[in-house]
Amino acid sequence: MTLDPLQILDVAFLAMLLVIAFAIVRLNNLFAVVMLTGVYSLVSAVWLLVLDAVDVSFTEAAVGAGVSTVLMLGAMLLTAREAKPVSASRRLGPLAVSIAAGAALFYALPDLPPYGAADTPANSYVGLEYLERTGTDTHIPNVVTAVLASYRGFDTFGETVVIFAAGLGVMLLLGLNGRKKKEDSK
Amino acid sequence: MVEFFAERFNYAVVIILMMTGLYVVFSSSNLVKKLVGLSVFQTSVFLLYISVGKVAGGRPPIVEPPHHGEGEAVTGAAAATAEAGHGAETEALVGAEPSHGAEAAHGADAAHGLAPTAPAPAPAGFGGDIPAPDHMTPDGVLDAVYSNPLPHVLILTAIVVGVATLAVGLALVVRIRETYGGIEEDELHQGDLGAERA
Repeated sequence: MTLDPLQILDVAFLAMLLVIAFAIVRLNNLFAVVMLTGVYSLVSAVWLLVLDAVDVSFTEAAVGAGVSTVLMLGAMLLTAREAKPVSASRRLGPLAVSIAAGAALFYALPDLPPYGAADTPANSYVGLEYLERTGTDTHIPNVVTAVLASYRGFDTFGETVVIFAAGLGVMLLLGLNGRKKKEDSK
Repeated sequence: MVEFFAERFNYAVVIILMMTGLYVVFSSSNLVKKLVGLSVFQTSVFLLYISVGKVAGGRPPIVEPPHHGEGEAVTGAAAATAEAGHGAETEALVGAEPSHGAEAAHGADAAHGLAPTAPAPAPAGFGGDIPAPDHMTPDGVLDAVYSNPLPHVLILTAIVVGVATLAVGLALVVRIRETYGGIEEDELHQGDLGAERA
Protein backbone atom coordinates (compact mmCIF):
# COMPACT_ATOMS: atom_id res chain seq x y z
CA MET A 1 0.00 0.00 0.00
CA THR A 2 1.57 3.28 -1.08
CA LEU A 3 1.17 6.35 1.07
CA ASP A 4 -0.33 9.09 -1.02
CA PRO A 5 -0.01 12.53 0.64
CA LEU A 6 -3.65 13.22 -0.22
CA GLN A 7 -4.60 10.00 1.52
CA ILE A 8 -2.76 11.12 4.67
CA LEU A 9 -4.55 14.50 4.57
CA ASP A 10 -7.83 12.69 4.06
CA VAL A 11 -7.36 10.54 7.16
CA ALA A 12 -6.07 13.50 9.21
CA PHE A 13 -9.09 15.69 8.40
CA LEU A 14 -11.52 12.86 9.08
CA ALA A 15 -9.88 12.29 12.47
CA MET A 16 -10.21 16.01 13.26
CA LEU A 17 -13.89 15.94 12.27
CA LEU A 18 -14.49 12.96 14.56
CA VAL A 19 -12.80 14.69 17.50
CA ILE A 20 -14.82 17.88 16.94
CA ALA A 21 -18.09 15.96 16.62
CA PHE A 22 -17.49 14.11 19.88
CA ALA A 23 -16.54 17.38 21.60
CA ILE A 24 -19.87 18.85 20.42
CA VAL A 25 -21.66 15.90 22.02
CA ARG A 26 -19.82 16.28 25.32
CA LEU A 27 -19.91 20.07 25.82
CA ASN A 28 -22.82 21.93 27.35
CA ASN A 29 -21.55 25.49 27.01
CA LEU A 30 -23.53 26.74 24.01
CA PHE A 31 -20.89 29.27 22.98
CA ALA A 32 -18.28 26.50 22.74
CA VAL A 33 -20.70 24.24 20.90
CA VAL A 34 -21.57 26.92 18.33
CA MET A 35 -17.92 27.81 17.74
CA LEU A 36 -17.04 24.12 17.36
CA THR A 37 -19.77 23.85 14.72
CA GLY A 38 -18.00 26.61 12.83
CA VAL A 39 -14.72 24.74 13.19
CA TYR A 40 -16.43 21.56 11.99
CA SER A 41 -17.67 23.36 8.87
CA LEU A 42 -14.25 24.88 8.22
CA VAL A 43 -12.40 21.56 8.57
CA SER A 44 -14.94 19.88 6.32
CA ALA A 45 -14.42 22.71 3.81
CA VAL A 46 -10.70 21.92 3.75
CA TRP A 47 -11.49 18.23 3.39
CA LEU A 48 -13.74 19.05 0.42
CA LEU A 49 -10.73 20.77 -1.13
CA VAL A 50 -8.82 17.49 -0.90
CA LEU A 51 -11.75 15.82 -2.67
CA ASP A 52 -11.50 18.24 -5.65
CA ALA A 53 -14.76 20.01 -4.75
CA VAL A 54 -13.36 23.54 -4.82
CA ASP A 55 -16.66 25.32 -5.35
CA VAL A 56 -18.37 23.40 -2.57
CA SER A 57 -15.35 24.06 -0.38
CA PHE A 58 -15.50 27.82 -0.53
CA THR A 59 -19.26 27.86 -0.29
CA GLU A 60 -19.05 25.72 2.84
CA ALA A 61 -16.32 27.98 4.26
CA ALA A 62 -18.30 31.17 3.56
CA VAL A 63 -21.86 30.01 4.17
CA GLY A 64 -21.48 26.97 6.42
CA ALA A 65 -18.66 28.23 8.63
CA GLY A 66 -19.42 31.95 8.31
CA VAL A 67 -23.11 32.73 7.99
CA SER A 68 -24.41 29.72 9.98
CA THR A 69 -22.06 30.42 12.86
CA VAL A 70 -23.10 34.07 12.98
CA LEU A 71 -26.79 33.08 12.90
CA MET A 72 -26.31 30.53 15.68
CA LEU A 73 -24.30 32.99 17.78
CA GLY A 74 -27.09 35.55 17.42
CA ALA A 75 -29.74 33.03 18.40
CA MET A 76 -27.62 31.90 21.34
CA LEU A 77 -27.24 35.47 22.61
CA LEU A 78 -31.03 35.94 22.40
CA THR A 79 -31.80 32.69 24.22
CA ALA A 80 -29.37 30.95 26.59
CA ARG A 81 -25.65 30.45 27.19
CA GLU A 82 -25.69 27.04 28.87
CA ALA A 83 -27.44 23.83 27.93
CA LYS A 84 -28.69 21.62 30.73
CA PRO A 85 -26.73 18.38 30.98
CA VAL A 86 -28.74 15.38 29.86
CA SER A 87 -29.37 12.67 32.44
CA ALA A 88 -27.95 9.22 31.75
CA SER A 89 -31.39 7.61 31.50
CA ARG A 90 -32.43 10.05 28.80
CA ARG A 91 -29.34 9.20 26.76
CA LEU A 92 -30.16 5.52 26.30
CA GLY A 93 -33.02 5.86 23.83
CA PRO A 94 -31.21 8.25 21.44
CA LEU A 95 -28.05 6.11 21.70
CA ALA A 96 -30.01 3.00 20.73
CA VAL A 97 -31.66 4.78 17.78
CA SER A 98 -28.33 6.19 16.54
CA ILE A 99 -26.56 2.85 16.83
CA ALA A 100 -29.42 1.07 15.05
CA ALA A 101 -29.44 3.60 12.19
CA GLY A 102 -25.64 3.46 12.00
CA ALA A 103 -25.73 -0.34 11.89
CA ALA A 104 -28.23 -0.21 9.02
CA LEU A 105 -25.96 2.18 7.13
CA PHE A 106 -22.91 -0.03 7.79
CA TYR A 107 -24.92 -2.98 6.48
CA ALA A 108 -25.39 -0.99 3.23
CA LEU A 109 -21.72 0.01 3.11
CA PRO A 110 -20.49 -2.93 0.95
CA ASP A 111 -22.92 -1.86 -1.78
CA LEU A 112 -21.15 1.47 -2.15
CA PRO A 113 -18.45 1.59 -4.83
CA PRO A 114 -14.79 1.77 -3.74
CA TYR A 115 -13.65 5.30 -2.92
CA GLY A 116 -12.21 7.05 -5.97
CA ALA A 117 -13.40 4.56 -8.58
CA ALA A 118 -14.00 6.20 -11.95
CA ASP A 119 -16.32 3.61 -13.50
CA THR A 120 -19.12 3.75 -10.92
CA PRO A 121 -22.69 4.48 -12.07
CA ALA A 122 -22.56 7.79 -10.20
CA ASN A 123 -19.48 8.95 -12.12
CA SER A 124 -20.26 7.51 -15.54
CA TYR A 125 -23.20 9.10 -17.25
CA VAL A 126 -24.51 12.57 -16.54
CA GLY A 127 -21.43 14.03 -14.86
CA LEU A 128 -19.18 12.91 -17.70
CA GLU A 129 -21.63 14.30 -20.22
CA TYR A 130 -21.48 17.70 -18.52
CA LEU A 131 -17.66 17.62 -18.54
CA GLU A 132 -17.59 16.88 -22.25
CA ARG A 133 -20.25 19.31 -23.40
CA THR A 134 -19.73 22.37 -21.21
CA GLY A 135 -16.89 23.71 -23.33
CA THR A 136 -18.92 23.72 -26.53
CA ASP A 137 -22.34 24.45 -25.02
CA THR A 138 -21.62 27.29 -22.65
CA HIS A 139 -17.92 28.25 -23.06
CA ILE A 140 -17.59 28.39 -19.27
CA PRO A 141 -14.40 26.69 -18.02
CA ASN A 142 -15.79 25.86 -14.58
CA VAL A 143 -18.20 22.99 -15.11
CA VAL A 144 -19.84 23.43 -11.71
CA THR A 145 -20.70 27.05 -12.49
CA ALA A 146 -21.95 26.08 -15.92
CA VAL A 147 -24.26 23.37 -14.56
CA LEU A 148 -25.47 25.55 -11.68
CA ALA A 149 -26.19 28.70 -13.65
CA SER A 150 -26.85 27.43 -17.14
CA TYR A 151 -27.99 23.81 -17.41
CA ARG A 152 -29.84 23.86 -14.10
CA GLY A 153 -30.63 27.57 -14.05
CA PHE A 154 -34.27 27.04 -13.14
CA ASP A 155 -33.24 24.87 -10.22
CA THR A 156 -31.00 27.64 -8.95
CA PHE A 157 -33.85 30.09 -9.44
CA GLY A 158 -36.02 27.83 -7.28
CA GLU A 159 -33.25 27.84 -4.69
CA THR A 160 -33.30 31.63 -4.53
CA VAL A 161 -37.09 31.46 -4.10
CA VAL A 162 -36.54 29.11 -1.14
CA ILE A 163 -34.05 31.54 0.39
CA PHE A 164 -36.46 34.41 -0.16
CA ALA A 165 -39.24 32.44 1.54
CA ALA A 166 -36.93 31.60 4.44
CA GLY A 167 -35.92 35.24 4.84
CA LEU A 168 -39.57 36.25 4.77
CA GLY A 169 -40.34 33.60 7.40
CA VAL A 170 -37.57 34.86 9.68
CA MET A 171 -38.78 38.44 9.31
CA LEU A 172 -42.36 37.46 10.09
CA LEU A 173 -41.30 35.39 13.09
CA LEU A 174 -39.08 38.06 14.61
CA GLY A 175 -41.13 41.12 13.66
CA LEU A 176 -40.46 43.42 10.74
CA ASN A 177 -39.58 46.75 12.35
CA GLY A 178 -38.26 46.27 15.84
CA ARG A 179 -39.81 44.19 18.57
CA LYS A 180 -43.28 44.95 19.74
CA LYS A 181 -43.42 45.34 23.50
CA LYS A 182 -44.60 42.13 25.12
CA GLU A 183 -47.90 42.34 26.97
CA ASP A 184 -46.57 40.54 30.04
CA SER A 185 -43.64 42.92 30.50
CA LYS A 186 -45.76 45.78 31.80
CA MET B 1 -11.14 -7.97 3.69
CA VAL B 2 -8.81 -5.28 4.99
CA GLU B 3 -8.54 -3.79 1.54
CA PHE B 4 -12.30 -3.91 1.16
CA PHE B 5 -12.73 -1.72 4.24
CA ALA B 6 -9.75 0.48 3.39
CA GLU B 7 -11.50 1.33 0.11
CA ARG B 8 -14.62 2.38 2.01
CA PHE B 9 -12.90 4.00 4.98
CA ASN B 10 -14.24 7.46 4.12
CA TYR B 11 -17.83 6.30 3.99
CA ALA B 12 -17.49 4.49 7.32
CA VAL B 13 -16.14 7.59 9.09
CA VAL B 14 -18.79 9.78 7.49
CA ILE B 15 -21.50 7.39 8.72
CA ILE B 16 -20.11 7.70 12.27
CA LEU B 17 -20.16 11.50 11.93
CA MET B 18 -23.76 11.40 10.70
CA MET B 19 -24.84 9.25 13.62
CA THR B 20 -23.08 11.63 16.03
CA GLY B 21 -25.17 14.47 14.63
CA LEU B 22 -28.32 12.34 14.86
CA TYR B 23 -27.51 11.48 18.48
CA VAL B 24 -27.14 15.17 19.37
CA VAL B 25 -30.51 15.92 17.72
CA PHE B 26 -32.26 13.19 19.72
CA SER B 27 -30.51 13.39 23.06
CA SER B 28 -30.03 17.08 23.84
CA SER B 29 -32.94 18.89 25.42
CA ASN B 30 -31.62 22.33 24.49
CA LEU B 31 -33.15 23.52 21.21
CA VAL B 32 -30.05 25.42 20.00
CA LYS B 33 -27.91 22.33 20.56
CA LYS B 34 -30.49 20.26 18.69
CA LEU B 35 -30.08 22.57 15.68
CA VAL B 36 -26.29 22.30 16.02
CA GLY B 37 -26.66 18.51 15.81
CA LEU B 38 -28.84 18.88 12.75
CA SER B 39 -26.19 21.07 11.16
CA VAL B 40 -23.46 18.49 11.89
CA PHE B 41 -25.64 15.75 10.43
CA GLN B 42 -26.26 17.85 7.32
CA THR B 43 -22.56 18.64 6.78
CA SER B 44 -21.75 14.94 7.09
CA VAL B 45 -24.30 14.09 4.39
CA PHE B 46 -22.55 16.63 2.13
CA LEU B 47 -19.25 14.87 2.80
CA LEU B 48 -20.79 11.52 1.82
CA TYR B 49 -22.03 12.85 -1.50
CA ILE B 50 -18.74 14.51 -2.38
CA SER B 51 -16.86 11.32 -1.45
CA VAL B 52 -18.95 9.40 -3.98
CA GLY B 53 -18.09 11.92 -6.71
CA LYS B 54 -14.32 11.80 -6.15
CA VAL B 55 -12.29 10.13 -8.87
CA ALA B 56 -8.83 8.91 -7.87
CA GLY B 57 -6.10 11.06 -9.37
CA GLY B 58 -8.73 13.50 -10.56
CA ARG B 59 -8.63 17.27 -10.82
CA PRO B 60 -11.27 19.83 -9.85
CA PRO B 61 -13.85 19.98 -12.66
CA ILE B 62 -12.51 23.18 -14.16
CA VAL B 63 -11.75 22.45 -17.78
CA GLU B 64 -8.98 24.82 -18.76
CA PRO B 65 -8.45 25.38 -22.46
CA PRO B 66 -5.02 23.83 -23.19
CA HIS B 67 -4.45 25.77 -26.42
CA HIS B 68 -4.67 29.15 -24.73
CA GLY B 69 -1.43 30.50 -26.21
CA GLU B 70 -2.51 29.59 -29.70
CA GLY B 71 -5.92 31.10 -29.12
CA GLU B 72 -4.34 34.48 -28.40
CA ALA B 73 -2.50 34.48 -31.70
CA VAL B 74 -5.48 33.65 -33.86
CA THR B 75 -6.69 36.55 -35.99
CA GLY B 76 -10.31 37.57 -36.13
CA ALA B 77 -11.06 35.79 -39.36
CA ALA B 78 -9.47 32.59 -38.18
CA ALA B 79 -11.42 32.80 -34.92
CA ALA B 80 -14.62 33.14 -36.90
CA THR B 81 -13.69 30.04 -38.85
CA ALA B 82 -13.02 28.23 -35.62
CA GLU B 83 -16.46 29.24 -34.36
CA ALA B 84 -18.04 27.84 -37.49
CA GLY B 85 -16.06 24.68 -36.97
CA HIS B 86 -17.39 24.44 -33.43
CA GLY B 87 -20.92 24.69 -34.71
CA ALA B 88 -20.43 21.97 -37.27
CA GLU B 89 -18.74 19.73 -34.74
CA THR B 90 -21.56 20.17 -32.22
CA GLU B 91 -24.03 19.26 -34.90
CA ALA B 92 -22.10 16.11 -35.62
CA LEU B 93 -22.10 15.25 -31.91
CA VAL B 94 -25.78 15.88 -31.40
CA GLY B 95 -26.54 13.52 -34.19
CA ALA B 96 -26.79 14.31 -37.85
CA GLU B 97 -25.66 10.75 -38.24
CA PRO B 98 -27.44 9.88 -41.49
CA SER B 99 -25.88 12.79 -43.35
CA HIS B 100 -22.38 12.51 -41.89
CA GLY B 101 -22.28 8.77 -42.18
CA ALA B 102 -20.24 6.30 -40.25
CA GLU B 103 -17.35 8.63 -39.41
CA ALA B 104 -19.55 11.08 -37.49
CA ALA B 105 -21.20 8.24 -35.62
CA HIS B 106 -17.80 6.91 -34.67
CA GLY B 107 -16.76 10.36 -33.51
CA ALA B 108 -19.82 10.66 -31.33
CA ASP B 109 -19.05 7.28 -29.82
CA ALA B 110 -15.50 8.29 -28.99
CA ALA B 111 -16.66 11.50 -27.36
CA HIS B 112 -19.32 9.72 -25.29
CA GLY B 113 -17.12 6.83 -24.23
CA LEU B 114 -15.77 6.56 -20.70
CA ALA B 115 -12.02 6.35 -20.12
CA PRO B 116 -10.84 9.94 -20.29
CA THR B 117 -7.27 8.72 -20.36
CA ALA B 118 -7.63 6.05 -23.02
CA PRO B 119 -6.84 7.62 -26.39
CA ALA B 120 -9.15 6.62 -29.19
CA PRO B 121 -7.99 6.56 -32.79
CA ALA B 122 -8.77 9.86 -34.46
CA PRO B 123 -11.88 9.43 -36.56
CA ALA B 124 -12.03 11.05 -39.96
CA GLY B 125 -14.82 13.38 -38.84
CA PHE B 126 -12.50 15.24 -36.46
CA GLY B 127 -9.53 15.49 -38.76
CA GLY B 128 -7.90 18.62 -40.14
CA ASP B 129 -10.31 21.39 -40.91
CA ILE B 130 -12.76 20.78 -38.05
CA PRO B 131 -11.02 21.53 -34.72
CA ALA B 132 -11.91 19.61 -31.60
CA PRO B 133 -13.32 21.65 -28.69
CA ASP B 134 -10.72 23.35 -26.55
CA HIS B 135 -10.80 21.00 -23.61
CA MET B 136 -10.64 17.85 -25.68
CA THR B 137 -7.71 16.26 -27.38
CA PRO B 138 -8.00 16.04 -31.14
CA ASP B 139 -9.26 12.52 -30.52
CA GLY B 140 -12.44 13.95 -29.02
CA VAL B 141 -11.89 12.70 -25.47
CA LEU B 142 -11.13 14.66 -22.31
CA ASP B 143 -7.39 15.26 -21.86
CA ALA B 144 -7.35 14.82 -18.07
CA VAL B 145 -9.18 13.04 -15.28
CA TYR B 146 -11.74 15.23 -13.53
CA SER B 147 -13.86 14.53 -10.49
CA ASN B 148 -17.59 14.30 -11.04
CA PRO B 149 -19.08 17.85 -11.06
CA LEU B 150 -22.67 16.75 -10.54
CA PRO B 151 -22.53 16.04 -6.76
CA HIS B 152 -20.73 19.36 -6.32
CA VAL B 153 -23.62 21.23 -7.95
CA LEU B 154 -26.26 19.42 -5.91
CA ILE B 155 -24.41 19.97 -2.63
CA LEU B 156 -23.79 23.62 -3.46
CA THR B 157 -27.54 24.08 -3.65
CA ALA B 158 -28.04 22.03 -0.49
CA ILE B 159 -25.58 24.13 1.56
CA VAL B 160 -27.40 27.36 0.77
CA VAL B 161 -30.86 25.90 1.35
CA GLY B 162 -29.55 24.35 4.59
CA VAL B 163 -28.52 27.75 5.90
CA ALA B 164 -31.94 29.16 4.99
CA THR B 165 -33.75 26.43 6.94
CA LEU B 166 -31.32 26.83 9.85
CA ALA B 167 -32.18 30.53 9.98
CA VAL B 168 -35.92 29.75 10.16
CA GLY B 169 -35.29 27.16 12.88
CA LEU B 170 -33.25 29.60 14.96
CA ALA B 171 -35.91 32.29 14.55
CA LEU B 172 -38.47 29.79 15.86
CA VAL B 173 -36.22 29.07 18.85
CA VAL B 174 -35.98 32.79 19.61
CA ARG B 175 -39.78 33.09 19.49
CA ILE B 176 -40.14 30.02 21.74
CA ARG B 177 -37.76 31.65 24.23
CA GLU B 178 -39.91 34.81 24.22
CA THR B 179 -43.12 32.87 24.82
CA TYR B 180 -42.00 30.14 27.21
CA GLY B 181 -39.06 31.83 28.89
CA GLY B 182 -36.68 28.96 28.15
CA ILE B 183 -35.42 26.66 25.42
CA GLU B 184 -35.00 23.43 27.40
CA GLU B 185 -37.54 20.73 26.60
CA ASP B 186 -38.65 20.19 30.22
CA GLU B 187 -39.31 23.94 30.62
CA LEU B 188 -41.46 23.81 27.48
CA HIS B 189 -43.41 20.85 28.87
CA GLN B 190 -43.97 22.67 32.14
CA GLY B 191 -45.07 25.77 30.27
CA ASP B 192 -47.58 23.68 28.32
CA LEU B 193 -48.88 22.05 31.53
CA GLY B 194 -49.22 25.44 33.21
CA ALA B 195 -51.16 26.76 30.21
CA GLU B 196 -53.50 23.75 30.38
CA ARG B 197 -54.16 24.25 34.10
CA ALA B 198 -54.80 27.97 33.73
